[in-house]
Amino acid sequence: MAKRVGIEVSLAVSHAVQLARAEAIAAYPITPQTHIVEHLSSLVANGDLEAEFINVESEHSAISACIGTSAAGARTYTATSSQGLALMHEILFIASAMRFPIVMAVANRALSGPLSIWNDHSDIMGARDIGWIQVFVENGQEAFDHSIMAFKIAEHRRVLLPMIVNLDGFILSHVVEALEFADQDTVDRFLPSYSPWHHLDPKKPVTMGAFGMPEIFAEFKMKHQVTLMNSYDQIMKVWQEWGQLTGRDYHPVEHYKTEGAKVLLLTMGCLSEVAEIAVDELRSAGESVGLLKLRLWRPFPFAALREAINGAELVIVCDRALSVGGVGGPVLAEVRSVLYPMASRPKVLGYIIGLGGRDVPPEAFKEIFSQAQAEAEQEPSEEFYMYGVRG
Amino acid sequence: MDKFDVASSQKYDVYASRLLPKEEYFVGGHRSCQGCGEALAVRWVCKAIGKDAVIAHATGCMEIVSSGFPQTAWVQPWIHVAFENTAAVASGLEAGYKILARKGKLSGNPPKVVAMGGDGGTTDIGLQALSGAMERGHNFTYICWDNEAYMNTGIQRSSSTPYGAMTTTSPPGKRSIGQPTWKKNMMAIAVAHGIPYVATACPSYLFDLYFKVKRAVETPGPAYIHILSVCPTGWRSATDLTVRLGRLAVETGVFPLYEVVNGRYHLTIDIPELRPVKDYLKLQGRFRHLREPEIEFIQRQVLAHYDLLLKKCEAPYPEFPPLSQTEEGE
Repeated sequence: MAKRVGIEVSLAVSHAVQLARAEAIAAYPITPQTHIVEHLSSLVANGDLEAEFINVESEHSAISACIGTSAAGARTYTATSSQGLALMHEILFIASAMRFPIVMAVANRALSGPLSIWNDHSDIMGARDIGWIQVFVENGQEAFDHSIMAFKIAEHRRVLLPMIVNLDGFILSHVVEALEFADQDTVDRFLPSYSPWHHLDPKKPVTMGAFGMPEIFAEFKMKHQVTLMNSYDQIMKVWQEWGQLTGRDYHPVEHYKTEGAKVLLLTMGCLSEVAEIAVDELRSAGESVGLLKLRLWRPFPFAALREAINGAELVIVCDRALSVGGVGGPVLAEVRSVLYPMASRPKVLGYIIGLGGRDVPPEAFKEIFSQAQAEAEQEPSEEFYMYGVRG
Repeated sequence: MDKFDVASSQKYDVYASRLLPKEEYFVGGHRSCQGCGEALAVRWVCKAIGKDAVIAHATGCMEIVSSGFPQTAWVQPWIHVAFENTAAVASGLEAGYKILARKGKLSGNPPKVVAMGGDGGTTDIGLQALSGAMERGHNFTYICWDNEAYMNTGIQRSSSTPYGAMTTTSPPGKRSIGQPTWKKNMMAIAVAHGIPYVATACPSYLFDLYFKVKRAVETPGPAYIHILSVCPTGWRSATDLTVRLGRLAVETGVFPLYEVVNGRYHLTIDIPELRPVKDYLKLQGRFRHLREPEIEFIQRQVLAHYDLLLKKCEAPYPEFPPLSQTEEGE
């Protein structure tokens, strides 16, 4: 039986990993990911999770050891943040190219400098092109659900790709929420014991990680691209199956009060819940506004996003990362690019908000809403806007 | 293992290929240079490891010459991930097999896990991952192929390049004698981790190498073997002198062959009278620019290091107290 509990979101994520019966965890402490791995290590220490916990000496070794445990054939999990994700960087590409279904939580945090332990999305946006499946969650329940579903998606034989569950550091990872736990029987039925498609076994020796000459390298990349795009169908299937079990439905682009909306805000992660409050208040003031929440970041949900626009005239993309010297936020760049081929496309404006833990109250979204409308009526004065930043 | 003197080593080593296993695990068709001492070492190390093993290999010469897709020279299961993380990958493999065995998901015993990397991948960029893996006590063997520079990228100096050697990034010149630093003592670093087995080896001494590797993989816990691998391309030496240069490195005391078992040093090839280092240096173009005073300096340093090693071998106490945990594990 599912039970409702009040729990810190990081701990809920650890329990999801426990319910998923992860067999190997390699992790290095970094704020604000720490509570996830601390709790996992205590579950292992107490015998509540039958797994090997490798206390590696860096994140670079964490992800490398994860490749090792996955290559041995064990269900593998890790978690990191910010500088830790950056230190993993080169190995992240290799993990996906070698098709190891590792699941990783990223408790999103700003990248230094200056040093900041607080939340934004600059860590994961730096790892945008690593070839992993990536989702963003907005509350504790989603963090719990997606941490379980990720294993089933990643390990599917038509997928076999690693997967990242992004949850905002502190403002989501460290809050206590009421959420519904799935019971072990349900999870066991949903996610059977892991049996690897490819692993290292002296009885059936293979060479993994051979290098690619120019004659073959691009074909490897093409296969990776096709596989990642094709994983979309499997992701939908797994989400639907989980929805049938739990009554909680997930979509690649979530809609909030978008019916007939002329203006759409677009957010990712847990600030979506704040944006909902702003939308409620704007709607009651008679404004024609709705909210799109981009859940699936890789593979990018092209069709779902285009469909979600549904005649809106203005899309306001709220980015939590800045591509310095570039077009603004990475989400803005991609959304604009995805909408550009549409015969009738909306104006797309970008706002950078909440960098390095800067608080974003509902009023901010309301102010962005009115500023953006004014900008949209004329030739926009900037390529993008840094909201609420002192000159 | 038993001590060999030079005479008996020379007497028996010529029969090594007939007396040691004939199964090949590192097969022909790879693209190593003519006279590659490293490929020779790999071949015999893989024989000593045996078939129930899994190998994690660092980026470097041996990876590049042996694994161009879709070909492979490796008969044992083998994985290459990156340059500096091989010990971490091996840690994961070992932990992975351990949990699968504990959960009853493995048929038979967990395979032996062996990590391999060059001197750059070991003593420089991979040192942190190796230190972590040794400190955590994984049951694995790490093998360093030491050809004394970054040969794969074109002979750049590493911390394992010997003093005075010419490389493309330690060129001799008006203000340089070549490599300005003494070779890093990777053995002492491994020993300082308190691991049960550490050894040097060289494919010019096949029996010595073979039995050390065998012992390393059979020792529970981390083991480290540092193998001098003559590189004619980087050392600017004749390709038919590879085995002789390995012998000269040992006979001059430049690269002594020894073991450190549970913290106790002992020589495995005893050289009663060391040859002058000049015999070793003069066969290599990388030392051609050295003048007498520099060679004399190298000679003094080699003797000083050798003397210190002998003192460690005679020491009445080990480098670290034995771990009672290790005793139980055996």
